[in-house]
Amino acid sequence: MNIVVLVKQVPDTEGDRKLDPSDNTLDRAAVDPVINYIDEFAIEEGLRLKEAHGGEVTILTVGPERATESIRKALSMGADKAVHVLDDALHGSDAIATAKVIAKALGSVEWDVAIAGSEATDSRSAIVPALVAEILGAPQLTQARKVTVDGSTVTIERVTDTGYQSVSGSTPAVLSVVEKINDPRYPSFKGIMAAKSKPIDVKSLGDLGLDAGEVGLANAWSQVTSFENAPPRSAGQTVKDEGNGASAIADFLASKKLI
Amino acid sequence: MAEVLVLVDSADGTVKKATFELLTAARSIGTASAVVIGAPGTAAALKDQLAEYGAAKIYVAEGDELLGFSVAPKAEALAAVAAQASPAAVLVSSSAENKEVAARLAFKLGSGILVDAVAVDGDASATQSIFGGAITVQSKVSTGIPVVTVRPNSVAPVAEAGAAEVVDVAVTLSDAAKAATVVDNVVEAKGSRPQLADASVVVSGGRGIGNADNFKIIEALADSLGAAVGASRAVVDAGWVDHQMQVGQTGVTVSPQLYVAVGISGAIQHRAGMQTSKTIVAINKDPEAPIFELADFGVVGDLFQVAPALTEEITKRKG
Repeated sequence: MNIVVLVKQVPDTEGDRKLDPSDNTLDRAAVDPVINYIDEFAIEEGLRLKEAHGGEVTILTVGPERATESIRKALSMGADKAVHVLDDALHGSDAIATAKVIAKALGSVEWDVAIAGSEATDSRSAIVPALVAEILGAPQLTQARKVTVDGSTVTIERVTDTGYQSVSGSTPAVLSVVEKINDPRYPSFKGIMAAKSKPIDVKSLGDLGLDAGEVGLANAWSQVTSFENAPPRSAGQTVKDEGNGASAIADFLASKKLI
Repeated sequence: MAEVLVLVDSADGTVKKATFELLTAARSIGTASAVVIGAPGTAAALKDQLAEYGAAKIYVAEGDELLGFSVAPKAEALAAVAAQASPAAVLVSSSAENKEVAARLAFKLGSGILVDAVAVDGDASATQSIFGGAITVQSKVSTGIPVVTVRPNSVAPVAEAGAAEVVDVAVTLSDAAKAATVVDNVVEAKGSRPQLADASVVVSGGRGIGNADNFKIIEALADSLGAAVGASRAVVDAGWVDHQMQVGQTGVTVSPQLYVAVGISGAIQHRAGMQTSKTIVAINKDPEAPIFELADFGVVGDLFQVAPALTEEITKRKG
């Protein structure tokens, strides 16, 4: 079973993330980039599927030059190789354009399942896996907390508001996994050394048969028109509990008509 | 005036509040049209409720097949309605599944999508709160029909009588829409508490709770307020509660009228999921806890004293 794991590089959530006022896109210089935390669960799930069913794990990343760092980390966890779609024209692409690029790039590799993290911590839109499935007409098996493979049938437990749905489809299928589906491994020293020599196939839009006019900020179907730093939430009143803390809260809630 | 489509969320014959919020927002853009997608008979139970919030039309796509497959059929049904109605915009509430439905719909319509709006303007442009609430963004769809997903509790629902003219829509699913089969639907949530994502009041417990058994203190306080129950990542990582209850950067984002944080220090990971709450109350023994920087009202004290006393006080005052 050949597995592709979709990996995104994002700004570290611990940093002070910013937008670039010149074009309202992500300011990539403001904060150190890291691998999207939830993607580590997708990588782990991919490695486990390989261990159980054989095949290869390929990392697929669409992103700027520096995304190589995240790709190397994914390779150091145990993935076999990577495809990095790298093209200046991609700057400012929206989720739909990104999904089109991923769908095209999947056409350049052998795959049975493509696995993503359920969302990225920067955009938090959680729609790219669904879009890739839509574009390819492939089964959408997303928001999985459990993945089971039986021959060419993939079945997941899809997290719902009230529990889960058991959903199944045939390969090739597009999956996303939620955090906590597994316990992602740490790269071993051996893994880190091995990752340095694993192949990363860098592809431009032209290599994928895509036109620059289909992607990028100027061609995005949605755009950020302006932004501002949210006014910091000012602290209200804080009191020390002297036995009256509970009634003080109740008074406050009553004054706000919340009880 | 052009129609604005609103995807209806309902459970057990009751329209969810988030849908009333969207119908209200839709009326500021154009004429509100509700879209009911569900099992046969679903719309009949919802019609009067939707009429109360200004639905001029109710498009009804019903069939067991629509629920037999995951996500894709809803997007196809909405696309079929859009083809018929030529709407000015499509609004759906921001649940995980609805966002996926909206994304697939946007692609089908050749339209841009705005996700997780916290406000929608009359031209269907949106306000979004990003990076854990640190930045507020104005955004718009520049191609096609705006498809906007709106966070629950972002709009105050206002009742207004609507004609609620029922329009049946026939949907023939493509093979691609039948690629992911729903084999089983399992309800795990116990009790009758509101769901976290769209609750008006949320009570969350953090590491200060100490162990899984003590989480019943949080549940009791939540029940006195009719609230949903949430938790910080520390509590989920410790295995004291289910992952679905995690509020934060990598969990559920909530924006309720009232958020009560009990024994939660307020790390960025947690704040990112709750700081757009309208009113925040915190109980923590550490006066330096960052949660007090955003709390409208904070009590520095022992949660094992304050929380049960608050439960009792609220129960007493509610009579």
